[in-house]
Amino acid sequence: MKPAAFDYAAPTSLDEALQLLAANDTAKVLAGGQSLIPLLNLRLAEPELLIDLRRVPGLNEIARQGNELVIGATVRQRQAERDPLVAEDAPLITAALAEVGHPQIRSRGTVGGSIAHADPAAELPAALVALDGRVIARGPGGERSIPAADFYLGFLTTALDDDEILVAVALPAAPPRTGAACVEIAQRAGDYAACGAVAQVTLDDAGTIAQARVALIGATDRPVRAAAVEEALAGGASIADAARHAGDGVEPIDDPRVPSAYRIHLAGVVTRRALEQARSRAA
Amino acid sequence: MSTHTIRVTVNGTEHEAEVPARLTLADFLRERLDLTATHLGCEHGVCGACTILLDGETARSCIMLAAQADGSEITTLEGVVAEDEDLHPVQQAFWDRHGLQCGFCTPGIIMSTLELLREHPEPTREQIDDALGGHLCRCTGYVKIVEAVEQAAGELRRSRA
Repeated sequence: MKPAAFDYAAPTSLDEALQLLAANDTAKVLAGGQSLIPLLNLRLAEPELLIDLRRVPGLNEIARQGNELVIGATVRQRQAERDPLVAEDAPLITAALAEVGHPQIRSRGTVGGSIAHADPAAELPAALVALDGRVIARGPGGERSIPAADFYLGFLTTALDDDEILVAVALPAAPPRTGAACVEIAQRAGDYAACGAVAQVTLDDAGTIAQARVALIGATDRPVRAAAVEEALAGGASIADAARHAGDGVEPIDDPRVPSAYRIHLAGVVTRRALEQARSRAA
Repeated sequence: MSTHTIRVTVNGTEHEAEVPARLTLADFLRERLDLTATHLGCEHGVCGACTILLDGETARSCIMLAAQADGSEITTLEGVVAEDEDLHPVQQAFWDRHGLQCGFCTPGIIMSTLELLREHPEPTREQIDDALGGHLCRCTGYVKIVEAVEQAAGELRRSRA
């Protein structure tokens, strides 16, 4: 339960970090380490080099830029969880953060790290997908923006190239009268969920749902948008009726603990609960 | 494997050390500084026995590298007791309420309790559950732990009043 040998570097500029990453095929980028270091301890990952971003300046900021909230790569989960700007502009991120691991994990874990790690049972990737956010990545060729819908390719796999580093995530700022919730069903609180849902709801002046965004956690090999639920709500369906469509088009993970039929059932339950909570918080 | 010079302050004492890249902070504390109150259970961030205060916030020392801790201020269980007292009020409450049996998980739970009571001097049951949910205890069934935290909260409020 000790990691295999590796080299460690804590560069003081992003360019230096990118050069180190380009020069080593097995290098891994280290932010908070709350997913990566367990993998090293279990020897499920044996990189030759860890590139720690902790001394790279400018990555530790939360800022409103135009119509987006931008969260830098080394912003800790606890820092974002307690940030009033995040609560106002991206209440779904705040709601999702409360379910990430435990407080002792969130003090070290980063928002960007969880999004780049791409665990299908993690909360923040689902929130990114539900919000139609984008990932800002820097590589040798410069900076590019990757829409959330194109970012997740499968289990622990993203559209980031081997020589690219996630530098920030950008999320569209929530309109007024918006509420959000993250609901999970797990064997123990803080465990990865058998299935979960994130939902963000915006109400119109009459108090009816003007827009709903929903994504599922842990249903498939990547976070998945519950498009059929959103369409049903847009067509005037009740939350209870719309939530029945949570599993539409989803090819669920099947394992002995949570068979696929049960997982689809859970998807409907957590979707309904998340939408109801989000709506009540939007008022 | 690379080695790194780190400077950390542990329980008020400054240390400078040369560490290999793969040395975890928990092993640094236990094997280099002989601070063995920080326990190692699962070694992958699940059980909470290795919890310490890093710059005042609880963190898992088993899933952090010593090299990452360079420049940090660390408090372990050894650092929570004032020189003129045998037990910290939180430790005393765990003793009084039987909040431990074998005691393996206790050091981590004490560190999380200290953070909880600093942020919420009068914690609700829900806040206690949230703060301690990341700690596994195979002996007590947790009920006595929660009672100990509530007693400690009362003691600390009285001592501040």
